[in-house]
Amino acid sequence: MDQNELRSIVEAERSERRPVQVRVCTASACLASRSREVAGRLRAAAEGAGLGDRVDVREVGCLRLCSEGPLVKVEPEGVLYERVGVDQADSIVGAIGGGTAEARVGDLSEPFFARQLPIVLENSGAVEPERIASYLAAGGYGQLRRVLREMTPQQVVEAITRSGIRGRGGAGYPTGLKWATVAKMPPGRKFVVCNADEGDPGAFMDRSVLESDPQRVLEGMAIAGYAVGADQGYVYLRGEHPLTIRRLRLAIDQARRLGVLGSGIFDSPFNFRIDLRIGAGAYVCGEETALMASIEGRRGTPHPRPPYPAQSGLWGSPTLINNVETLANIPAIVREGADRFAAIGTASSKGTKVFALAGNVRRSGLVEVPMGTSLRTIVEEIGGGAPEGRSIKAVQTGGPSGGCIPAAHLDTPVDYESLKALGSIMGSGGMIVMDDRADMVDVARYFMEFCRDESCGKCIPCRAGTVQLHRMLVRIRDGQATRDELHRLEGLCEMVRHASLCGLGQAAPSPVLSTLRFFREEYESRLIGG
Amino acid sequence: MNAPTTAVGQDEASPGTHPSGDERFARIDEAMQKHAFEQDALIEVLHAAQEHFGYLRTDLLHYIAHGLKLPSSRVYGVATFYHLFTLAPRGEHTCVVCTGTACYVRGVDRLLAAIEAESGALPGQTTPDGRITLEVARCVGACGIAPVVVFDGNVEGGQTEDSTLDRIRKWDHHGSE
Repeated sequence: MDQNELRSIVEAERSERRPVQVRVCTASACLASRSREVAGRLRAAAEGAGLGDRVDVREVGCLRLCSEGPLVKVEPEGVLYERVGVDQADSIVGAIGGGTAEARVGDLSEPFFARQLPIVLENSGAVEPERIASYLAAGGYGQLRRVLREMTPQQVVEAITRSGIRGRGGAGYPTGLKWATVAKMPPGRKFVVCNADEGDPGAFMDRSVLESDPQRVLEGMAIAGYAVGADQGYVYLRGEHPLTIRRLRLAIDQARRLGVLGSGIFDSPFNFRIDLRIGAGAYVCGEETALMASIEGRRGTPHPRPPYPAQSGLWGSPTLINNVETLANIPAIVREGADRFAAIGTASSKGTKVFALAGNVRRSGLVEVPMGTSLRTIVEEIGGGAPEGRSIKAVQTGGPSGGCIPAAHLDTPVDYESLKALGSIMGSGGMIVMDDRADMVDVARYFMEFCRDESCGKCIPCRAGTVQLHRMLVRIRDGQATRDELHRLEGLCEMVRHASLCGLGQAAPSPVLSTLRFFREEYESRLIGG
Repeated sequence: MNAPTTAVGQDEASPGTHPSGDERFARIDEAMQKHAFEQDALIEVLHAAQEHFGYLRTDLLHYIAHGLKLPSSRVYGVATFYHLFTLAPRGEHTCVVCTGTACYVRGVDRLLAAIEAESGALPGQTTPDGRITLEVARCVGACGIAPVVVFDGNVEGGQTEDSTLDRIRKWDHHGSE
């Protein structure tokens, strides 16, 4: 595809746009509340009211406030309707151009929206995930084109390094450093892998990004491919998410057909192809060495590092593995410049972070805030705090590898180091609010059960340790354990943490250690003999 | 007697099909061909087999092992490693209860216990009459509307014991609705 073709697609897309856009959220949560049916009824209502040439009903990605879905947004009026029922379609269409609909109107100036800073989610809820023309009209693939024409691969790596972005998958490894390592490997076969194996329970950020704006991630991968010298990319997706698979497959097909992926992209010598690999339900495959084993069609068991994937990855070739959100940031970094990106966030954590806010909180959904925003802002202002008559007890971040941060520490800024200092981790962005009803010993047991079931069984500390830890936690919860057993629990936590082969086992004790640190009395009060 | 059934009969008799006459084997062949019989494509091929057969019968595993020139042990190892692959037939309906953290915090244990009591099946089991398979999912990623249950592939949020049991009872009473 050349410049003229791109321009004509964009112009056609813009000229076909009608004055009023009715955007219906078709991400997972709203779809589950029958939003597609709502879209159909809205279309029929617009036709029925003779507004067919003025009103566009578009199926867009996540509008973020999942707990109040199905969500419908009317632009350019900027009205958000919540919990829209199919029977409200006529009324919503009737209210276009003045008037009040008999539907619940959301307040876009409330903190849930006003305190957010969308970068990764800038197109979410605006572009149509199933139509590449919609992404192109929003400036999509413009950064890939710019990079191919104006920058050398080294300059791209430098820009990413200077932006200070760190991996959004959980560990926070500097992305620029990873790119530089792969770029420096001798020329030859190299790969870019998008880790979309979002397995933490309570986390739906990456799948929302992929369901809302899949082309953005593909563009990020192609830029990465150019920077490190790879011509083949893989997206490793969870088999559990059929909608994500379908949308991404469609996105790759459309990009390939237009030539923004494939050979000689934008008339440059750069070739880049992306294929999907569908996982089959194994949490450990989010670990990069296990993920590679799974892409190669084997059991997803990790292997010790070094060698790191950047040196010897897929089929022994240097492989760059980045998380969905990291890659979704890339086009914005290239567009806005590294320095503008680096100006957002804190000294050591740059940019924004997307969180999936859920649990015992009034408003749940997808939240993107600058790094360094306090937990209190996210949970109390954006999330609206605990439900009526309840109070927040703890906030869980990092899923089964993270910890529970007590309400007393809600003023902690969200950045990699601060969360680590509290015994939790940033993780990939799951954030579960727990209210005063939560039993913290059982929370620890819940996560240990998860790790026990998901342990791949390769190394003994994790395979046997998680079984024993789970059993001890059940005994403590049920008031059958002595103080001696609590000590053994702590000792075993240390052993599993230090001796396990991969991140799954090493982090499995974290929820136990963090609840022991902040909620020790809940353990001690249940011991036999006090 | 003849008109509606001949189409199926002809397919089964068409050349190149599996000796059993089951045309679904051709779908597995297609999946293997698409990946040029690369051994790396094992997981993709298993996905295709399960999609068409519903579950991975032992003879399918042998068939795939033969097609990709892999030891049967390797195919069996991979098929049993991943949770999404199932080696046992499933019921007419499936009820998947999400046990993700948001659902856990919102009391999914009680929901699950109620379903277990109603159906008599534990997670991973199918009722003796083959009607309902009960499963738990780690997280279906619809946390904003927890607790979530997936009935025959349809995700439904904001579930209560009553709403869930109602759905299951409908399956009981109206057969294969």
